[in-house]
Amino acid sequence: MTTLTVTDLHKSYRLRSGARVTTLQAVKGVSLELSPGRTVALVGQSGSGKSTIAKILAQLERPTSGTITLDGAPVGTRGRALAHYRDHVQMVFQDPFASLNPFHTIAHHIERPLLLHGRATRANLREKVCELLERVNLSPATSFLERRPHELSGGQRQRVAIARALAPEPTVLIADEPVSMLDVSIRLGVLNLLARLQREENLAMLYITHDLATARHFSDEILVMYRGEVVERGPADDVILNPQAEFTRQLLIAAPEPGNNPRFLAEAQRRGVPMPDHLALAEENS
Amino acid sequence: MSTPMTGPVPPDHPAHDPDPNVETASAIARGELGDPALQDSLEQGRTGGDGSPVLEDPVLTVKDLNIVYEVGKGVHAVQDASFVLRRGEILGLAGESGCGKTTLAYGLNQLHRPPARITGGSVTFHDRDAAADVDVLALEGSALRAFRWSKVAMVFQGAMNSLNPVLSIRTQLGDVLTTHRPQMDRGERRRRSEELLELVGVDRGRIDAYPHELSGGMRQRVMIAMALALDPQLMIMDEPTTALDVVVQREILQEVLRLRRELGFAVVFITHDLPMLLEISDRIAVMKQGRIVELDTAENLYFAPQHPYTRRLLGSFPSLTGDAGDFVRAGFSGADQEATR
Repeated sequence: MTTLTVTDLHKSYRLRSGARVTTLQAVKGVSLELSPGRTVALVGQSGSGKSTIAKILAQLERPTSGTITLDGAPVGTRGRALAHYRDHVQMVFQDPFASLNPFHTIAHHIERPLLLHGRATRANLREKVCELLERVNLSPATSFLERRPHELSGGQRQRVAIARALAPEPTVLIADEPVSMLDVSIRLGVLNLLARLQREENLAMLYITHDLATARHFSDEILVMYRGEVVERGPADDVILNPQAEFTRQLLIAAPEPGNNPRFLAEAQRRGVPMPDHLALAEENS
Repeated sequence: MSTPMTGPVPPDHPAHDPDPNVETASAIARGELGDPALQDSLEQGRTGGDGSPVLEDPVLTVKDLNIVYEVGKGVHAVQDASFVLRRGEILGLAGESGCGKTTLAYGLNQLHRPPARITGGSVTFHDRDAAADVDVLALEGSALRAFRWSKVAMVFQGAMNSLNPVLSIRTQLGDVLTTHRPQMDRGERRRRSEELLELVGVDRGRIDAYPHELSGGMRQRVMIAMALALDPQLMIMDEPTTALDVVVQREILQEVLRLRRELGFAVVFITHDLPMLLEISDRIAVMKQGRIVELDTAENLYFAPQHPYTRRLLGSFPSLTGDAGDFVRAGFSGADQEATR
């Protein structure tokens, strides 16, 4: 299996306003390792450099300095070597409304990567497409083949995007805020799907989010970014339950969480009941 | 837009007063991560402290409101919605996409457009400055236009799209005043615009800026300033913080709570983020397929949800502090069922 290692990554952008040119350092010396069967969460505010890292890992952007290696070997940046890299590293984008082409059918979206990466032949193409759609719980797959993105809900679209990312049979999956554009009631379903696929395929996953709760529950390790730097890293539970960096604490305070809110804690005391565990209750009732 | 635009929270921000004595036990478990500033504003809002914002008299009464989209067989987007909004109250409207929450909010000041049509019910606005109540659904023409921004203002989702990219903030704030307060001269408009920016915590020096020069949080503040321009008695906020990250979101929410306390307007707050809604609302209405299935105080909803759908909504948020084991089991067992199907 494949391990993707990033060492001392820097990325700066030149900003021009009138005659003045300034440099914006979006990522400053970030190192991380994505290994099979593990999920690393990257959390931080807008503009902290999370998505820049995702784009660099997907080779949509070039780093200013730093190295990326796949199993110890430097990764290729062009031609056949880049194609080989993309066999291994795939990305799920944030916005399923923008990442699918409205002109093409769902089948087309999945067929392209299958053919380009040599994972299917003309003969077994349909079969492979259906198999992928079924794996992301779009069933019966045949009913989705000829539909276009606008006929699907946000959650279904994101499932198509996930199926497309899985088509080249990658070993590393980068998910950039995969559920932030989705309705809350279906977020959990998509995250559970990602978690299941990760286990089945033993994928190395980078999960980028600003939602600390899902970062905690869906990842093994959390990296907290602030202005381009990693200010805290560690096992998920440690970072959330016992934050060390000041910025991590700010993020935790800001996250909406009635369970932490003194108003609800006081109300629990007044009522003489424990804080309700809605998740467990929902499970009991289902 | 990939350029980072949102500034960091200053370390000395009162809302995020750090606790210097970090210990080894879980900080959350000790309940130290509650947000004191937000707590204060809620506390004062709720308990009728200085100038309690929630008063007993109503500002808006909605009765059996029905809105239908006249397409095909007709889609009954809002069915028999009834509620009374009290002066200074924050009413949360929760539900998933397509449940009719935005349609309902638009119906409150007739912003809905064909094929949507109000087929029944009434919306009554109890004006603070006039003796007679206003039958909102009977308003039309100039009376409706005058009513809209001055009595009921709106903050729309996604400030990126609601601000005009080619006009400066000064022009856009001034537009509201030119339209609704034609007697004001240029200097007065400018003064009032600067005052409004300061009210929402944007430096008055930014008045000549264009929307793309502001961060997402600042743009949303400008939208709120614009909504406040005519001192409305009711603000309808449609997912005002959905596009923002959690830190900026919390700042905006605190700003809304502070302004509500100072200015005494009522708020209808629409979002699908139930945990956030629980923290800021006085009462919450849960909508499903066009119907309000449950309407109660935030506390009752949290501790004793009645409707199965409310319970399901509450159950779809993983808890930050809850036992991770439970959640992962729940999540994975669900996934396993899916996998074996």
